[in-house]
Amino acid sequence: MPSLGADMREGTLLHWKVKPGDRVKRGDIIAEVATDKGDIEIEVFEDGVVTEILVEAGREVPVGELMARIDGGAVAVPKPEPARVRATPAARRLAEERGVALASVRGTGPEGAVTREDVEKAAQTSTAEPRERPAEGVRLAIAAAMARSNREIPHYYLETRIDMTRALAHLAEKNQALPLEERLLPAVLLLKAVALGLREVPELNGYWVDDSLQKKDEIHIGFAISLRKGGLVTPALHQVDRKSLPEIMAGLRDLVPRARAGKLRSSELSDATVTVTNLGDLGVETVYGVIYPPQVALVGFGKILERPWVENGMLGVRPVVSATLAGDHRATDGARGAAFLDALARRLQEPTEL
Amino acid sequence: MTEAEIRGALAKILARIAPEADLASIDPGEPLQRALDIDSFDFLNLLTAIRDALGVAIAESEYGKVGTLQGLVGFLASRLADRPSDSSPLS
Repeated sequence: MPSLGADMREGTLLHWKVKPGDRVKRGDIIAEVATDKGDIEIEVFEDGVVTEILVEAGREVPVGELMARIDGGAVAVPKPEPARVRATPAARRLAEERGVALASVRGTGPEGAVTREDVEKAAQTSTAEPRERPAEGVRLAIAAAMARSNREIPHYYLETRIDMTRALAHLAEKNQALPLEERLLPAVLLLKAVALGLREVPELNGYWVDDSLQKKDEIHIGFAISLRKGGLVTPALHQVDRKSLPEIMAGLRDLVPRARAGKLRSSELSDATVTVTNLGDLGVETVYGVIYPPQVALVGFGKILERPWVENGMLGVRPVVSATLAGDHRATDGARGAAFLDALARRLQEPTEL
Repeated sequence: MTEAEIRGALAKILARIAPEADLASIDPGEPLQRALDIDSFDFLNLLTAIRDALGVAIAESEYGKVGTLQGLVGFLASRLADRPSDSSPLS
């Protein structure tokens, strides 16, 4: 059973997609497992022949347990998540306020979605004590990872504000030539700029393991995606520094719906070397994130807002984004963090080079 | 198309993109992304679906006009004002 996150302890094998005797190639999907982060497709990392299946479907398997053999090598694989409850955003907010379990409410909205009225009725008839249920699923996984992070990682925080005028103008120009479905979002520019900034300050791209920093050559950015049922996942976009802006956008268009449908691949959950969280859509101005161990950095972006901006003694109004770095002080010092934010800001002033 | 027809078309589109969204329950003046609990990726999908269903392509420079349900419906109504109700491309 592979570890798909620093605090994953077990997973449930849903089904095998191969049987003994099958030939497999690197990258093939060989099994599907359920984890706290959703259902995950397990890839194989070497070519070979499946010689033995050691775990049957439906079993809960601890991380590290052998699950199958391929050509003498071993492949490990991941607790089913509760079925997603359809509910309107207003119903979710009210259910949270009143402590009503959405799963226990019969929905009368479109396709059985729970509506605000359904929650109100349920709240009136419910005798249950609100807000006393234990955490589960994604929430529990996040709780474990973040508690470990705050316990083990001495965070430092740096913040800078970046003029986005040139970057957004470049984006608008590119988008004019693109069909609607391929339009680039500002997040794409931010991700690419982060990746290129990490090339200049590679100490922020890697893991802290056994009291030492393991810098990684490849830059795989874990991009925080909020789930409609609550919580978030941070699947990795691979090799972002080597991708063009349209390729990064295509990657996000592929990743976001799969993350929300619980259809991520194992490598996407285990490979991230750094995390980027962008809460601009939620109106947040500045993000002070918590590093996802064993990573050593997290970059946060807020909403791009029009702000007063002084340059060369001239006051004007510019679109400005707040960028923050949460760094692991065991791995780097503030000076290197500052160098990264400087590189990030500089890259965003040269958008044609992204 | 009338505003009621446009709202009906939007409800069909949202059933695919944000199935939990209930147009009838949201504040028409609230920012659409917050009201529907959708992010910028979903918003792009919404615009793409509107183009496919109603034949109206919304330019980036027009995003400011369609940031609320009220704004979006009004914008589409103005674009579709000359289109007879029975010529809707919705199937």
